[in-house]
Amino acid sequence: MLIRSNRSLSLLLACLILAMLPGIGSAGELQLNMTEGVTAVSQEVYKLHMTILWVCVAIGVVVFGAMFYSMFAHRKSRGAKAANFHESLKLEILWTALPLFILVGMAFPATSTLVKIYDTDNADLDILVTGYQWKWKYEYLGKDVSFFSNLSAKSKDQIYDGKAKSEDYLLDVDKVLYIPTGKKVRFLVTAQDVIHSWWVPELAVKRDAIPGFINEAWTRVEEPGLFHGQCAELCGKDHGFMPIMVEALPPEKFEQWLEEQKAEALAVAEAAKQTLSFDELYSQGEAVYNQYCSACHQANGQGIPGNFPAIAGSKVATGELSGHLSVVIKGVSGTSMQSFADQLTPVEAAAVITFQRNAFGNNMGQSVQPIDIVKYQQGQ
Amino acid sequence: MDTKDTPSYYVPEQSKLPLFASLGLFLTVFGLGSWINGSGNGSTIFLIGFALLGFVLYRWFAIVIDENIRGMNSIKLKTSYVWGMGWFIFSEVMFFAAFFGALFYVRTFALPWLSEGPTSEILWNGFKGEWPLMETPDMAANGSDAAMSGPGENMSNPGLSHWLGWLPFWNTSILLLSSFTVHFAHTSLKKDDKKWFNIWLGITVALGIIFLVLQAEEYRHAYADLGLTLNSGIYGTTFFLLTGFHGLHVTLGTFMLLVQWLRSVFKGHFNHDDCFGFEASSWYWHFVDVVWLGLFVFVYILG
Amino acid sequence: MAHGPAKGISRWLFTTNHKDIGSMYLWFSFAMFFMGGIFALVIRAELFEPGLQIVEPAFFNQMTTLHGLVMVFGAVMPAFVGLANWMLPMMVGAPDMALPRMNNWSFWILPFAFAMMTSTLFMEGGAPNFGWTFYAPLSTTYAPDSVTFFIFAVHIMGASSIMGAINIVATILNMRAPGMTLMKMPLFVWTWLITAYLLIAVMPVLAGVVTMMLMDIHFGTSFFDAAGGGDPVLFQHVFWFFGHPEVYIMILPAFGVVSAIIPTFARKPLFGYSSMVYATASIAFLSFIVWAHHMFTVGMPLFGELVFMYATMLIAVPTGVKVFNWVTTMWRGSMTFETPMLFSIAFVILFTIGGFSGLMLAIAPADFQYHDTYFVVAHFHYVLVPGAIFSITAAVYYWLPKWCGKMYNETLGKVHFWLAFAGLNITFFPMHFSGLAGMPRRIPDYNPLWADWNMISSIGSLLFGAAQVLFLYIVIRTIVSGRKATDGVWDGAEGLEWTVASPAPYHTFTTPPEVK
Ligand code: HEA
Ligand code: HEA
Ligand code: HEC
Ligand code: CUA
Ligand SMILES: [Cu+2]
Repeated sequence: MLIRSNRSLSLLLACLILAMLPGIGSAGELQLNMTEGVTAVSQEVYKLHMTILWVCVAIGVVVFGAMFYSMFAHRKSRGAKAANFHESLKLEILWTALPLFILVGMAFPATSTLVKIYDTDNADLDILVTGYQWKWKYEYLGKDVSFFSNLSAKSKDQIYDGKAKSEDYLLDVDKVLYIPTGKKVRFLVTAQDVIHSWWVPELAVKRDAIPGFINEAWTRVEEPGLFHGQCAELCGKDHGFMPIMVEALPPEKFEQWLEEQKAEALAVAEAAKQTLSFDELYSQGEAVYNQYCSACHQANGQGIPGNFPAIAGSKVATGELSGHLSVVIKGVSGTSMQSFADQLTPVEAAAVITFQRNAFGNNMGQSVQPIDIVKYQQGQ
Repeated sequence: MDTKDTPSYYVPEQSKLPLFASLGLFLTVFGLGSWINGSGNGSTIFLIGFALLGFVLYRWFAIVIDENIRGMNSIKLKTSYVWGMGWFIFSEVMFFAAFFGALFYVRTFALPWLSEGPTSEILWNGFKGEWPLMETPDMAANGSDAAMSGPGENMSNPGLSHWLGWLPFWNTSILLLSSFTVHFAHTSLKKDDKKWFNIWLGITVALGIIFLVLQAEEYRHAYADLGLTLNSGIYGTTFFLLTGFHGLHVTLGTFMLLVQWLRSVFKGHFNHDDCFGFEASSWYWHFVDVVWLGLFVFVYILG
Repeated sequence: MAHGPAKGISRWLFTTNHKDIGSMYLWFSFAMFFMGGIFALVIRAELFEPGLQIVEPAFFNQMTTLHGLVMVFGAVMPAFVGLANWMLPMMVGAPDMALPRMNNWSFWILPFAFAMMTSTLFMEGGAPNFGWTFYAPLSTTYAPDSVTFFIFAVHIMGASSIMGAINIVATILNMRAPGMTLMKMPLFVWTWLITAYLLIAVMPVLAGVVTMMLMDIHFGTSFFDAAGGGDPVLFQHVFWFFGHPEVYIMILPAFGVVSAIIPTFARKPLFGYSSMVYATASIAFLSFIVWAHHMFTVGMPLFGELVFMYATMLIAVPTGVKVFNWVTTMWRGSMTFETPMLFSIAFVILFTIGGFSGLMLAIAPADFQYHDTYFVVAHFHYVLVPGAIFSITAAVYYWLPKWCGKMYNETLGKVHFWLAFAGLNITFFPMHFSGLAGMPRRIPDYNPLWADWNMISSIGSLLFGAAQVLFLYIVIRTIVSGRKATDGVWDGAEGLEWTVASPAPYHTFTTPPEVK
């Protein structure tokens, strides 16, 4: 019986290893370990991780080694007679003191790294990061530049297509957050609705975004590069679909990019003055709807009963225009229907409202112009 | 009696009480949940469940009392009841600890954090919080549009010279006094002086009721005159939840004492060495009293 | 007094017998384990490969939430209470639990509570979808309507736990047989005594925090709303003040089980009994001052971060004492490896691995990289599945012959063990890798970078699930047609429970035994 179980042990272990092999074989860049990252802090964190890992492995080898030896040597089937000792104050003291000693040794480097992570003073650039369901807003404080960053359309299209996914599937965004290299950048992290968490592994920055409070974090990237991250706190339905992309640019290029952003803002304001035809509005609105609204109200406009109301036949979308404007521009506080005033240009807002009032069987036959949006916002 | 066959510990026959108590509890909370969520017959289910639960508990205690009278309870079983009540009270202490902890956290951490640095400047328009919190962050940021507006006035300590006109002072006195009267009832009972026992216990129940009436008046005053409601930010939140749960416990405690009084007056229960029902209720009463002292200090005086 | 089991269904519905109630707890927990397991299989099926195939994200979140809640509150906790019911009175030489009717009440609340909780799956807006940790405001302002029922389910479940714990304390402190001093009690009794105190201390706090949620959702208070001066992080502090002791509630009785089994099959007394008792007490004490290690990234001040990091690291010390004592108990024993022993040895090894990853998580700066990734999922499944679940399985194999008087089939038991052992490691070990490589938890879809590990995990979970089906078969087969067990059952077993007949008579120790 015992011998048999020994054989089955080795058999099963073999199966276990076999089961893992194809996985290890198939992917070239299979990642097993923590990202080392590109900042001084992230590399220190990596070292800490490796130290504690090896400490645990060493203790494991000793403890399990003793145990396996005993299981082998002191088994009844080999004729082992049981000893009768059952107490030793010396041993108890030894194995209380020894781990304590190791832990104290571990606490020193951990403390010093933590102190560095907490040192957010003297930053060269402040960026306000706000989590929304399910996107990020970035605001360069004092620079007059801000924008929203969503999951890219490319990834979105792949979710249900049943085909092989691209390499940056679910990690790529429509607008990248740029930061200058060689500068200490401070992130002021907060949220609009529920708690999110802004995490970029290669910077070793993870900070919870708490609605109503601002948390601080910082990084300093020396070399240009592109880094991916994700939201790391369950924030509702599309928690898995709010990635982060950060690109470090040389300072000159960064400044140049800032200027471009300002120019773009002017262009948007200019575009708000035009008048569009119903068809233009409707088709552009459909695109906007699919990008910004369908996550909740669904592509077919039916919503998810109990969570998100339908647009089809909605009292708001088929009622007074001012009500519709209010919901979309100001949002509904205390619900996930957020304010879209800053996320949509006046043209986009006008388009999507036109679309909602005429799609899914809502035949209002009415178009809304960008200027209506601007007027509504100014009336606030 | 043949000692060999005598069980050392009374293990009751099977009983329908637990299952029906569970059913009652379930209907109570399920009804309450439906009611709160605005479903049509929630309140009916709640009332049915509550009545069932109440009835089962009534039967349950009646049976326990009856068993005791028939001498089935050994010293050991009585000790189990003592442990049971003792640790139940401890669990109640921990329930209040959660709410006192919340109050402590908000005052020592949350409000200062809301009042400083970028949190205050960027999110809350320079909000500076002080306790009692009369202006909420929402008001600082959104002025009259705020959904969470603070109270018009608060309940905190008006200064020693005004204590005689300050309701919480009187409530404190009443509860403290009642702790003494319930203790006097106990000492009378130990001397088997049932007459004074009934009197002191009666007075205690009366004091409990007076306390509740005054508390109700305080709430009316808060809502009607001070604009202090559940909606008025974290001050109103902690104020009502702490005093509210205390009030519920006073209600329960008063009810428990009342039952013991009825038992004593109408059924002639209790004597100097058989009075667990009364003792348990009086411990509960002392506990409620101690919680009030905590409230008085942390909610009112330091409020 | 000599009343035996009643006939028919009423025996189970109205019983006051600790053995009947223990059996009901165990069966209930087994059912919940399967239900939670099916939820887990839905999760694993969706995560089999990138892309959304089987469920929608909204439903996925409900599965994650219910899986966690059902496993923790429905499977593990009731299983341990069931073991306590069966074994404590026998181990201390008592005729029954101290308060037998309340005992049955504690049990019957549970089926109602879980019926209410799972019925939310069929409500409009769906079941709770905010994780088993239900952080506000996702669980308050942004929650589906069913959250109200979730809150009340937690309330009554908590009431059940508190009553159960009080009963256990009263039984242990008040009903020991003459001569059974505290320091003679089996370790299972000790660990349960300490667990019961943890329960009495923290379940009311859980009740408190869900009550605050209820008020915020329906009555306009602002506990967790900064606009009114509250703080969403307050929720996390109160929750984890309950939540961290809760995880030790799920492991301390496991320590007790293993401390009973290892000496039996090593044929050697438990090494360091008294230090085991002190270590258990220290773990329980420390568990109250480490809660914020779940919140290293919420933006606590540096000082708080440090205090919680140090305190958390300290827990490794008493836990280590336990591990070392078990190993030394085996040392120079005369060991055999029946199924309970196999599960116990696997417990020691795999729990320790889970403990190591716990210690890594405790290093706050490193936790910034681990937090909310699959590394955490790997950690807690290693302490919960080979920890809690394996110890419960070991206990069932160990005591089943005493319960039903029949012996399980050893070969089948061993097959079960090896299937479970392999399945578990294939399922959960790769999660360390995907977590370190950056895969966040609680996501229904992910980047191909983590695809291989996830596929392996999903395959492993099927294997592990199949092993549990075998377990069910073994248990039923034993009860129905096992061969008769002896009264002593095991060679080296000591303790009062082995002095009574197998199966244990309906009432044991109506007159207390003398303990020398
Ligand atoms: C049974 C349950 C159980 C147990 C016993 C533990 C035990 C431990 N846990 Fe775990 N934990 C959970 C269940 C459990 N945990 C759960 C469910 C979560 C996630 C909750 C959620 O978010 O959903 C969690 C999450 C969790 C976190 C938060 C991670 C995060 O979200 O970022 C942390 C951080 O510190 C942590 C630490 C620890 C530590 C230090 C121990 C220690 O007790 C371990 C001690 C044991 C050992 C260390 C091994 C043996 C010791 C030796 C051999 C001695 C020598 C060793 C050394 C000196 C290294 N746990
Ligand atoms: C004691 C507690 C416990 C136990 C035993 C388990 C058991 C399992 N858990 Fe875990 N789990 C948690 C507690 C537990 N879990 C908690 C607290 C969380 C966090 C939740 C949160 O984030 O909020 C979690 C989260 C969690 C996740 C992460 C989800 C996410 O982040 O989105 C995953 C993913 O794989 C997972 C998988 C599993 C698997 C495969 C098992 C398996 O061991 C289950 C095996 C059992 C069965 C499979 C059932 C038996 C068999 C059948 C029903 C028959 C049918 C099957 C076959 C024939 C194959 N669990
Ligand atoms: C994160 C989820 C989410 C997104 C994204 C979202 N909405 Fe909403 N929306 C909601 C919720 C929740 C409500 C219900 C609010 C309430 O309770 O009144 C709502 C309500 C509405 C209503 C009113 C419907 C009714 O009948 O009450 C309209 C119109 C609307 N949204 C338009 C939009 C538009 C336009 C967009 C995109 C530009 C959008 N929504 C994106 C969640 C969302
Ligand atoms: Cu945002 Cu998760
Ligand atoms: Cu913990």
